[in-house]
Amino acid sequence: MRDHAQVLFELRDVSLTRGGRRVLDSVSAEIQAGATAIVGPSGSGKSTLLRLLNRLADPDAGSISYRGRPLTGYDPPALRREVSLVPQLPSLLPGTVESNLAYAAQLAGRRLDTRRCLELAGLGGDFAARDVAELSVGEQQRAMLARALTQEPAVLLLDEPTSALDREARDAIEATLARLRAELDLSLIVVSHDPEQARRLAERAVRLRAGRVVACGALEEALA
Amino acid sequence: MSTSISVSLGQVAAALVLVALAAAISFWRRTDLERDIGIATVRSFVQLTAIGYAIKLIFEADTIWLVLALLSVMIVFGTLTARSRAKKVPDAFWPLLIGLTVAAAATLGLVVALGIFDPTPRYLVPVGGMVIGNAMTASAVALNRLGDEISESRPAIEATLALGASAREAAEPFVRRALRSGTITLVDSTKTTGLIFFPGTMVGMLLAGADPTDAVRLQLILLYALLGSVASSALVATGLAYRNFFTPAQQLREPGP
Repeated sequence: MRDHAQVLFELRDVSLTRGGRRVLDSVSAEIQAGATAIVGPSGSGKSTLLRLLNRLADPDAGSISYRGRPLTGYDPPALRREVSLVPQLPSLLPGTVESNLAYAAQLAGRRLDTRRCLELAGLGGDFAARDVAELSVGEQQRAMLARALTQEPAVLLLDEPTSALDREARDAIEATLARLRAELDLSLIVVSHDPEQARRLAERAVRLRAGRVVACGALEEALA
Repeated sequence: MSTSISVSLGQVAAALVLVALAAAISFWRRTDLERDIGIATVRSFVQLTAIGYAIKLIFEADTIWLVLALLSVMIVFGTLTARSRAKKVPDAFWPLLIGLTVAAAATLGLVVALGIFDPTPRYLVPVGGMVIGNAMTASAVALNRLGDEISESRPAIEATLALGASAREAAEPFVRRALRSGTITLVDSTKTTGLIFFPGTMVGMLLAGADPTDAVRLQLILLYALLGSVASSALVATGLAYRNFFTPAQQLREPGP
């Protein structure tokens, strides 16, 4: 079992400016193993913060460490396979669901168990041969989840995983994420604009407003 | 294969009647191209006359250094022209310069090494000019396509990087399509050559009174040489240029202003 009391990420005075706008402003926070929600209104810097955690972008100032080591000390592709981002927009590669899973597994040097990954993500084995262009948005979201799972990551970064879904599909994805945590001992960092979703999925939260941290810690304290 | 004819300035002036026709059509149908047609006519006259005298000088001097100097100038101008068409590619100058240089050196080196042409100014200057011109067009088309594809596919590229792909792996499908689009025009025109159009060298040789068999053989050599140079320039330019879209940490750079 991984030690859930350990600190996964530590951010110190992290700032980032894009297009003349201060997207993140002196952000300091500690993200522990387990499930953490990053909440805040639209444009508060949540998705940008998530992208910094697997080095899809780097801050202009400040430092980030992962498991006590500066993020810049990791090989970026290796880090991204361990800290896997499931992006907000459906972004599968053209082809079948299985070809997407196979590509991700091959990048990580893992043996592919298509059926198991699909089942973990709540999809039947018959989805393997489906063309991604024929999937509903909810199915695409699950296929992206299955694709990330082929790499056996330690941390899943989820960017608004249910924003494009109706309530029924949202509940199903949330149930899948809860099951993944229990079965795979994964840490989740979930970006959400919805505090109620944060309450359902996480035990800790980082609350952002206009690029600044307004609260960070145990869920109810952070959301109060 | 050596033939030569004499063309007077009067004959060139007579051909201006057809330029007048083009300008008249533009004026009549209001395509607003009269000024450009005028500029194109004057520029082509000045530029070709200047290069004609330069080539004459180089032929008479009969030294390889002047040939290399002329080809180097052509490569730099070709690079600057291609760069202006590949605006979305950051720092496109070096990939283009290296691509054109490799294409010119490899093609001319091979045609000389294989004994197809003698290493004299009479062969190296015209063949080098054709090679560099075609390589420039192919590299410009390829990099223009690469820039468009990458800027339109940022979410997909970032999603691939997020899976732990390297910049090379994430850009690979776009580089392949860019390389294809840079090469395909010449491949298509080579397929239809002799059926739909007569290429310039062959036309020139026939007009100069050469034997048609000689004209065809020389044209074939040039077409094959151009295929190699176009593919190699587009390969080198795209293979170097895609890197400029990424940081050393395998991140997609923010688009420029």
